[in-house]
Amino acid sequence: MASIWEWANPRKFMAWTDRALPLLSVLSACIFIIGLVWGFFFTPDDYRQGATVKIFYLHVPSAMMAINIWGMMLVASLIWIVRRHHVSALAAKSAAAIGMTMTLIALITGAIWGKPMWGTYWEWDPRLTSFLILLLFYIGYMALWEAIENPDTAADLTSVLCLVGSVFALLSRYAVNFWNQGLHQGASLSLDAQENVADVYWYPALVAIAGFILLFVTLVLLRTRTEIRARRLHALEMRERVQGQ
Amino acid sequence: MIRLFWRDLALAFRSGGGFGLGLGFFLILVTLVPFGVGPNSERLMAIAPGILWVGALLACLLSLDRIFALDFEDGSLDLLATAPIPLEGVVAVKALAHWITTGLPLVLAAPALGFLLHLDSAAYRWLMVTLLIGTPALSFIGAFGAALTVGLKRGGLLMSLLVLPLYIPTLIFGAEVIRRGAGGFLVATPLAMQAGITAGSVALLPFAAAAAIRVALR
Repeated sequence: MASIWEWANPRKFMAWTDRALPLLSVLSACIFIIGLVWGFFFTPDDYRQGATVKIFYLHVPSAMMAINIWGMMLVASLIWIVRRHHVSALAAKSAAAIGMTMTLIALITGAIWGKPMWGTYWEWDPRLTSFLILLLFYIGYMALWEAIENPDTAADLTSVLCLVGSVFALLSRYAVNFWNQGLHQGASLSLDAQENVADVYWYPALVAIAGFILLFVTLVLLRTRTEIRARRLHALEMRERVQGQ
Repeated sequence: MIRLFWRDLALAFRSGGGFGLGLGFFLILVTLVPFGVGPNSERLMAIAPGILWVGALLACLLSLDRIFALDFEDGSLDLLATAPIPLEGVVAVKALAHWITTGLPLVLAAPALGFLLHLDSAAYRWLMVTLLIGTPALSFIGAFGAALTVGLKRGGLLMSLLVLPLYIPTLIFGAEVIRRGAGGFLVATPLAMQAGITAGSVALLPFAAAAAIRVALR
């Protein structure tokens, strides 16, 4: 495969994604469905949590994605600032809405699970609070994109916001930890096998996470294509207006 | 740069209200709280640290658009950007002037307002200290937010949406210092964290803000 910088050329990006997207869509749909069906119907109920444990297969992957998508936006913003590839800026823009949705899914599934388990939908727990803050960061980032008309200016300013926001999001995470003791359990999945949940839950969870990652890649490519097309359409309209005069 | 500093101060003093407006807002906010939660002095005592910090935050936010917007409209920001001093320095000076006209009065007025909210007597010292250390961060973070939205027609609401999440760590540590001070606990850790945030903001955010202004002026 050629260098990843080839993607910086919108035409090559469009050509490549045109071929890859159908395959990716089918693959992500399959893995997503396998992971969730396996998790929902072919794992035993937990002896304490009952069937509510199964929301885990939505909650954990979406929470992971919510954080990692911000990381991806950070990388894309850096690439835009350093090398000024438009595809990169548009990919960051496309990822923001997906990241916000993932944050919302994590918050809502957590609330649904929290009611029977903790007896409350919402608690000012460090993890919950940091996700709420993350949601605010996503909203601010998207609002800034929407507010600026010139696309290059918007890309520049949102990239700077993404950089500064990342630092402050991390700071908030630790500040919030300091501020209140948590109700939320520690990490359910980590590379350290000692801390993991039991294998019966672990494998379908891995599949579900893979499904979420593929879903994100598919969606982000799709949305970036839409953005590129919108940009081309805008250029065409401008040209017609100039020629019409 | 020193002349720019005095110019900004003079503008804030003369332009009617820039100086007292933040203070007045702070006072009104503190007056409103007992109406909202009831005059029970124990309850007020419990929430006083948070209210004072949130009030300082909002009062600071209120005057942020003055930092760059007026200079952007009448073109002086273009002149400053092409002047032989670095734009980062301009931002830092303007943020400093904003702190002196907004943050410093808040620090000085806070004990009086703490008195209205029945703040614990042990906490006054820490209230002053934490506001003194924390409010510069508010001005510098705010200058960054103001720089991001400087070219926009109706940037005010957007700016609050962008700036307030950035204020969260400062708020958490600030309120924690007062709460611990009131309870007679050690305050060194949150105070050090807050000082770190302020130092980092003062050192780094002028660069981000200057980058944003260069984009806006392009």
